[in-house]
Order: sequence, then structure tokens, then C-alpha cells
Amino acid sequence: MTTAAPARLSPRLTAATTGRVLRQLRHDHRTIAMMLVLPSLLLGLLALLWADVPAPPGQPSTFDRVGLTMLGIFPFVVMFLVTSIAMLRERTSGTLERLLTTPQSRLDLLLGYGTAFGLAAAAQAVITVTVAVTLYDLDIAGPLPLVVLIAVADAVLGVALGLLASAFARSEFQAVQFMPVVVLPQFFLCGLLVPREQMAGWLQAVSDVLPLTYAVDALQELGSSPAATGRMWADVGVVTGAALLALALAAATLRRRTS
Amino acid sequence: MDAAVTVTDLVVDRGHRRVLDGLSTTVPPGQVTGLLGPSGSGKTTLMRAVVGVQVVRSGTVTVLGEPAGSPALRSRVGYVTQAPSVYADLTVRENARYFAALHGRGAKEADAAVAAVGLAAAAGQLVEDLSGGQRGRASLACALVGEPEVLVLDEPTVGLDPVLRVELWERFHALAAAGATLLVSSHVMDEAARCDRLLLLRDGALLADATPAEVRAEAGTDDLEDAFLRLIRAREEVAA
Repeated sequence: MTTAAPARLSPRLTAATTGRVLRQLRHDHRTIAMMLVLPSLLLGLLALLWADVPAPPGQPSTFDRVGLTMLGIFPFVVMFLVTSIAMLRERTSGTLERLLTTPQSRLDLLLGYGTAFGLAAAAQAVITVTVAVTLYDLDIAGPLPLVVLIAVADAVLGVALGLLASAFARSEFQAVQFMPVVVLPQFFLCGLLVPREQMAGWLQAVSDVLPLTYAVDALQELGSSPAATGRMWADVGVVTGAALLALALAAATLRRRTS
Repeated sequence: MDAAVTVTDLVVDRGHRRVLDGLSTTVPPGQVTGLLGPSGSGKTTLMRAVVGVQVVRSGTVTVLGEPAGSPALRSRVGYVTQAPSVYADLTVRENARYFAALHGRGAKEADAAVAAVGLAAAAGQLVEDLSGGQRGRASLACALVGEPEVLVLDEPTVGLDPVLRVELWERFHALAAAGATLLVSSHVMDEAARCDRLLLLRDGALLADATPAEVRAEAGTDDLEDAFLRLIRAREEVAA
């Protein structure tokens, strides 16, 4: 027997699933194109929207603030949707049940998904950030690789929450509607629409426990500071921790035995 | 020789319906055991219990000396569901290589499994472009690749060309001759004759648990279809 001990974390099995998910993506050219190009196009629309609106005196332009935040929100939303559908497909096609009878552990499977879509998000972020600063003159004070890093952390958070949400979805209709349930409240309360300090106290408290708040805060730090700040790293830590927590919860809700 | 699979007093409910009602049987090692019965008789549920993905109400299922579904069994038991459970957006080869990797096997074993189910010429095709029968065989290849000691196959020959069906049954017997235990469900009686042992399931209970020869002798007919019919009638008369 050359097989490794089952039901334990195995980087080899995680990598096998990462490779498989990426190969599935590779066969789907339109999805790749949309994943890589769509955020740049949408960001361009935002740039045009605020192009003729003068910036308030002494403050960054609205596009600089919103555009930077969007660099974190796009990968979060896209990866949430893509993973919750991908996982639902695993369920309905019977492949999930089959995978659960193989030596691969549930966390291996979910980490495999997280890594695959994290890599896709990295490619997406590199393109979007490059286009934003060259074509749309988005002003970012901090180092661009860190912006990409935060975008990837946001994408992994989206993947983890998507995997978790898919456990509660019985159909595609339900899965798609988890997007507004999980994503929109986080978007409303993250501090982009209304500065957090101007929110009612209880809304601020809710905002404090939503991971996207920290993702947006990390990006805002990079918007004004030329180097990484301690607060930014703390934010990234919170986002990553929330993603790992959601992955662990998703693994726990993934039932090997079903009726 | 110890049984490869031992089922004791297995009770399974699905919704409010009792699907298996106190079923007990054993599956001998190194043989092809056929699981026969009409649709809805509990064949799939029994197979799911053997691979450990079925919630059971009571009773035990032991496979190779371990409780069904235990982690140690996951590299030793292969399962092919009735609907082909492979990735439609991957090629046959990519599917086989993925499941090979999950079982610690390499590309060579994956290609051999694809060839073994007669799909070598279609290895580079996407599964979604294959016919139903080819998809089923791709799914089978993904189970063969792990060289499991116990292979559970849910209706593996549905929709297959008769020549291919014969070839697959020959392969099943070759695997059994090499020491593997196969539990194969079917609702085609001419396949029953190809099994070393038969389990006839009806309404969640076993009507017969014997070799084809014993079933024929008990029912007093050479035709297995007819033999099963007689067994069912005999059982109903007893019940009435």
C-alpha cells in the first residue's frame, strides 16, 4: 500500500484538488476571461462615473477611495459566487459523495478549493491593480504587491464563506440568493457607503464582527500610507483568520453520511 | 475465509419510509456478488451503507474487519454510483489522474484504468462530450484506478453495448480472480447468471442469498428470471 494515512491533512491531496479545480477552469475559457477582465471593466465604469466630479478640498477623490475599496470587494464577491456554485455542482453530480469515500479529508478538499481560487484571484488582482493605476490613474500611496495580497486574502475569504454557504443551499436558486444574504450586509456596513464612525453604535458593533470591514480597512490604510502599517497587518490577520474559521466550519458541516 | 462484508440487522429509514428492514448477509471475498432487485428495493441504499455514506438507523456493517466508512477503509474500498460521478468539464484522462492522485497512484495507473474500460481512444475528450455509456465507463475507471480490495458498483452496465457488457463482466471476474471482492447491482437477469453469488432484494428484505445454482435448484427451474418469480410468489404465499 502506497497510500498515505487517510482522514488527515495532506498537502499532496490538497494539491491534487487544487490542480483539478484549475484544470476545470482552464477548460472554461469564457469564465477565465470574465474572471480576469470583468473587474477592470467595472472599475473603468466607476472611474468614468466620478471623472468630472471635483474632489472635496483636502481629501482624496471619490474614485480613489471607492476604486481602492472595490479592489478588495470584487474578488470577494466573484469568488464567493463561483465557489458556492462549484460546491453545489459537486453535490448534485455525486462527485462530492465519491470524494468522501476516498482517502482525502474534508479539509483537504476545501483547502484545495481555497488554494485554486486564491491563485485565480491573484491573477485577477494583478491585472485589475495594473489597469487601475495605469489606465484609470487610481492613486494608491502604499506598495501595489500588498494591494494584491489583500485582494487574495479577500478572495480566500469569499471562497471560504461560499463553501460554508453552499452547505445550506439545496438548489442553485438558494445558492445564488446566499450572495445578497452574505455579501450585501458586509458591503453596506464596511465603511464605504457611510464612514463607520458616523454609524449608529449598534451598527458599528455589527460592522466590527464582519470580516469584510477589516478587508476594506486594510486597503484604506494602503491608500494613505506609503508603507505597510501595523493596523494593516492586523486587518489582514483578521481576514485570514475569518477565512480559516469559515473553512473549518464548512468542513464540519460537510456530512460524510447522508440519509 | 472471513467475509469481506458482513451486514447485521441493518435498518435504514429514508424520510418516513423504511428502506432496509433488519437485513443481514455476508459477501464472500474474491468473488463477484450480484445484488438484484427491482428499482426501489433498497439496492443503492445497501451499497451506500457498505461504503459508509448512508445514515443507518440500527445494525452494523463491517468491511474487511473495520466498521463501514472508517478512515482506514477509504483507500481499500471503491464505489461507483449509478449516475456517473465524474467531472463533466474535465477530460477522461484528467478525471482518472485526479482520482489516481487521491489514491496515491500516478499517471501510468490512471492511463491503464482508462484503457481497461475501453476508453483509451477517448481519453483526451471532455466527459460532457461522451455518450452516457462512455461516461459510466469513465466513472468506473476512476474507481479501478485505486485498485480497491472491495469494489462496490451500482448498475455499472446500464445502457452499454452487449459486447462491452460482456467485456466488463470478464474484467469483473478477472479482478475477483486477482483477489478483489465485487458487489455489483443490476436489474438484468442475464447478468445474475454471471455472478458467483446472488442477493435478491425486494422491499428492503432478502429473498435469496445463494449461488445461482442454488437459486435454480431451490426454485426448480433453470431460468433465473423464472426462479426469482417463483421465490417471490412462494414468499407471498407464506406471508398470506
